[in-house]
Formats: sequence, structure tokens, C-alpha cells
Amino acid sequence: MIWQIIKQIGSTGCRTEPAPDIGAVAQAESASIHTELLAILGQALTIREVDAGSCNGCELEINALGNPYYNLEGLGIRFVASPRHADMLLVTGPVSRNMETALRRTFDATPEPKLVVAVGDCGADGGIFGESYASCGRVANVIPVDEVVTGCPPAPIDILRGILKAVRRRVKA
Amino acid sequence: MKLEELKMAFETLATPVPMRHAWVSEQQWTDAATVVRDEGGRLLALWASAAGPGDVHQICAVYVTLEGAIWLSLPVLPEDGQLLYPDLSASFPAALRMQRAAADLSGVHARVATDTRAWLNHGAWPASHHPLQHNAMQWPALAATELVNYPFVKVEGDGVHEIAVGPVHAGVIEPGHFRFSVVGERVLRLEQRLGYTHKGIERRMTQLEPVQAARLAGRVSGDSTVAYAWAYCMALEGATQTVIPERAAWLRAVMLERERVANHLGDLGALGNDAAFAFGLAQFSRLREDWLRASMDAFGHRLMMDCVVPGGVRADIDREHSDKLAQLCDSVAAEVHTLFGIYEAHSGLQDRFLATGRVAPELASRLGLTGLAGRASSQSWDLRSDHPWLPYSALAVAMATHDAGDVAARVLVRFEEVFESLRLIRRMLADLPSSPVQCAVILPLNAARGAGWVEGWRGEVFVALDLDGLEQGSRIRRCHLHDPSWQNWPVLEHAILGNIVPDFPLINKSFNLSYSGHDL
Repeated sequence: MIWQIIKQIGSTGCRTEPAPDIGAVAQAESASIHTELLAILGQALTIREVDAGSCNGCELEINALGNPYYNLEGLGIRFVASPRHADMLLVTGPVSRNMETALRRTFDATPEPKLVVAVGDCGADGGIFGESYASCGRVANVIPVDEVVTGCPPAPIDILRGILKAVRRRVKA
Repeated sequence: MKLEELKMAFETLATPVPMRHAWVSEQQWTDAATVVRDEGGRLLALWASAAGPGDVHQICAVYVTLEGAIWLSLPVLPEDGQLLYPDLSASFPAALRMQRAAADLSGVHARVATDTRAWLNHGAWPASHHPLQHNAMQWPALAATELVNYPFVKVEGDGVHEIAVGPVHAGVIEPGHFRFSVVGERVLRLEQRLGYTHKGIERRMTQLEPVQAARLAGRVSGDSTVAYAWAYCMALEGATQTVIPERAAWLRAVMLERERVANHLGDLGALGNDAAFAFGLAQFSRLREDWLRASMDAFGHRLMMDCVVPGGVRADIDREHSDKLAQLCDSVAAEVHTLFGIYEAHSGLQDRFLATGRVAPELASRLGLTGLAGRASSQSWDLRSDHPWLPYSALAVAMATHDAGDVAARVLVRFEEVFESLRLIRRMLADLPSSPVQCAVILPLNAARGAGWVEGWRGEVFVALDLDGLEQGSRIRRCHLHDPSWQNWPVLEHAILGNIVPDFPLINKSFNLSYSGHDL
């Protein structure tokens, strides 16, 4: 049994790809992301994901960040179970009115630096759902947003890029 | 009594699957429910349509029998200022939440319903407002209202306590609330509260051009985007008497099966992970990523969103891409076969899977468990085998069923469906007919009705469509999109009974139901 597992792991090899380029001059810097994260936060980056009303397409791609190709945890980035343990909120969806309060409370429970990345076209501008009796539209209509990642849904690599950009931007500010 | 004895005047709808529609009286409505239940049929969907100009309020139900589906519409006339119709939940328990949703959205109520709590309306808009009634378009901007406190059923007794979970969950999943009543670790009762992702999809449908609305249909539940887009397009093509080119139908099926494989791969990995077998997650999530990248390469989108369009598919694939997809089927089949051996032989994993979250076939049948979870509890329905339409009619789809009804059975059904879908994809790619892949959809002069019914990876996706005629602007009068999660969420409340709280994530994942598809 265990040999079969080891054989499978061995034949799969390492599939992790390099971290994404986050700008023309940032290629060299991407290697130092880990150091930067430590400098800014004094620890690895922890993220609380909040689905505020998405169609679950964005969740599929956020989950994909954990697969061996993107190896999010290898970059020192981790999803945590509570906003109280999180440095960043990754928010998807048009914010449904039924999730508005929950999203605000999650934001309030998050300690500084309280970065917010809105993921997906719906998080960016309400997307095809727009604003209505049931939808507040974009995430920024409900809580302050640091960075927006467009796409329907954005590819995992774009989401990763958005996470890194939000962290960098906060360092410079 | 037999269905024919009810003398319902059926009109056959132009769909590739057998589907008939009839207007019924209250008596026929009630009798039909009894007859269908006694014959072993199922409730597929229930929704209400509010009155528009030149129209009446109606409540609609769709049943599935061995002969196909019947869509019944009952006009609902005001009675002491209220819109009432005969309750169906006594015959079909799954109707209960659908009836509560219809009350919230359209303002029509089941007579003597056992549960009249609001379902989708959490207090964000006034209870007197019904967003699907036509005057709802002129609503003033709504001020933020306080969300109402939901009266959960209290379990009392020595040592009973409650665990409240959500709507924001610990993992990267959709929002919903679970209220567990437990003694020690053992679950005495689970009550779900859903509706958090309700974003007004059905009203939004009526604001879009019928052809454009396919994009919205593809975003009802992102993991089933192909199934929804196909079901919607099937409804629109039926209403407009459009016959799509043969190659388009085949390519749609290639995409639908690819969507099934993608989701099953993801679930098989996550199920291993929820039983503390991280190796499974790493392996299956790697295969899923390879699979999604191939979709990007061949169809231009990782999840194949917007690839199914009214009249056909967005783009054709060439020989080179089709060969690549076929090769990937071979390599994925070999790898999944190896992983299947490991999953089966791993005693720690099987210990967590076996006898966990069991839904006995008898209970599954009574509650209307459907789709892949249903097939793991002996509910042997699969539209691709029961009423195969093109191209499934040329493929003889083998249905996967098991009778244990536990997590292990739902895992097995997934493995078997992966192998069968890989076989189907290879077959289809080898036999793809040549023809154009798109044709024009011409909106009808007069009001028209269409229905779409597709076996998605989770279960049956159903779409009912009412189009206005040209004079009314060829708009969508009403479009109801039904997710199989409506049937299966209430069954999950039973599946957890007597299990321990730490097994809930595993049981929940083994169903993997959609919140967004249910909340609309």
C-alpha cells in the first residue's frame, strides 16, 4: 500500500511552477515575496476567503491555488478558518443583500493590516448580476477594497497576482 | 388511478427529451401528485409565475415518470385577498422549500403548508414585496433593513447543546448556515438555513435579451455552467423551434462530460482530504488542473463558461485539439485507475467512508434524493440512459448505481462515472459528425414555451422558459432554473443523523451541493 503511494508520488515529481510576474520590473522581486511578506506582516500571509454571493466559479479557481502547480502554501500564503486569524480577506461575488451583514462583520473581525482583495467580475463591478433588490453589486459598495482581480472567473494565476499586488501596494503606502 | 384517467390536455414540447405541458384544475393538480407518487415518479421542480399583462398567477410543477417529464400549470386566483394552491409537500417532501421560495418570490402560498417561514427572504426586502411580480420592476430603491432572526427548531433535553456554523464557513466554500443540536459529539438534529447567495437571478433573467440570458444561465452555479447553459439553450431552442446542427449537440455533450469529470476529480481529492488523506487531494487536484488547462486550450475557458450558446456552441475544435483531448482521456484514465486502487485498499480511508452519512434507499426514495447522490442510494435515474437524446442515444451510457447510500457509495459512483465519461468523451471525439456548429435563433412572433432538461454532474438541471411574443418585445416573461440541490439539501439533514460532528465535512462534501444554484 505505502509503496504504491510512494511510487505514485515519485512518478508525479514536482509540478510546482514559479510564482507569477507582478509587473515588468517585478520579476526579480517576485523571488523576494516571501521576505517581503515577513517584513510587512512579521509572518506568513493568512487569508480568509468570503463568498459573499458568488456563483461558486471563483471558489473553484481559488481552491485551485492549493494544487501542486500553484502551491500557494509554498509561497507562505495560507487560508485560515477565521477572520480573526487573517491578514487579508479574499472576497467573491456580487455581495448579496443576505450576505451584506455577514461580510461587514467579517471585515470588522479582521485585525490590521486588513487587506481586501475583490475577486472576479462580480466582485469588481457586480458583473452580470448588477445591483438589485437582492444584490449590493461590487464588494467596494460594502467594504473598502485594496485590489480588484477581474475575470469570470479569473484564472488562479491572476488571483495569485492580485494577492501579491495588494500586499506590495500596502508596503509602498 | 392512472395519469391518463385524469384527462389532462397535454401539449408535447419541442425538446430532445420527452416533455409535455398541460394546464390543470385544482383537482387534477392534487390527483396528479398522488398518481405520480404511487407510480414511483418524482417531483423535478416547482415554481410560481406571477401575473403579467394578459396573464394569470400560476403555480407550476414538473414530475418525472418512466415515460418522461410532465409540466403542470395551475392558475391561481385570489381567494380572500390571498393566492392559494393545494400543497404538494405531503406527497413530495422536497416540495416544501420550493413552496416557501415561491411564497417569498411570487406571493403565492400553499394551502395548509406545514412550514410557512420565509426561505429566501432574510429581511433584506419587505415581506409584502414579491420580486417576481411584475410591479416589482417599479420598486423604489430599498433601504437597508435589519435581517430577521430565523426561528430554528429547538431540541431540548439533558446535555443537548447547539453548534451554529456559518454563513461564513471555515473553508473556501459557499455561504450557508447549519444549526446542529448535539449530545457530546453525536448529532441529534441538523437544520439548514440557506438563501444567503440569493442574488435575484430569476428577476434578472426577465431583464435580459433571450439570447444574452444564456450567459446568466451559465452563472447560476459555476461548477455546472455547461449543464445550465445547455438546459437554457435547449429551452430557448424548443421555444423558437430551432434545430441545432448535429456537431454542436455532440460538442455540447463532450463539454458536459468534461464538466462531470472535472468536478468528480475535484471531489475525489477533497473527499480524501476530508478524511485526512492529503495525498489524494494533491494527486486529484493535479489531474483536475491538467484537465482544466486542456479545456482552456480546446474551448477557450477553463470551466467552459459561455461555450454553449443558443443555436449551438461558440467555436468548433480542430483535429489537433480533439486528438489532444482524447490522449488526455487515456492518461487520466490510467492515473485514476491507480488512485482508485489506492483509495480502495487504504483501510484508514475506507474506515472513514464506510457506513458514514448513510441514506437508505427507502428514505432516499421517499425524500426524492436525486442525481449522483441518489444513484448511490439505489435511485437508478440518469437522464442520459433513461431518455437518451442526441448524442447520448448513440452511446449507450452505462449508469452507475450502488445501494449502500454511504460516503463510500458516493465515492464509488464518482469513480465509475469518471471512467464512463472518459469512455464517452473518447467515443464522441472519434465519431464527431461534421457540420456547422452554430445556427441562428429566430425569436418567435407569438408567446412561446420551452423546457430544457440535462443530466449535469450533480443531477438533473431543469429550465422552464416562457417567452413573450414580438409585440411585447420578445422578452423573457419567466424563466425558472432548477438545481438538483433543492431535492438533496433536505436529505443531507437526515444523512448526518447519528453521525459525529467531525464527520459532517466529509458527509457534506460527499453530496457537494450547490448553494448558489439553490439560492438563485
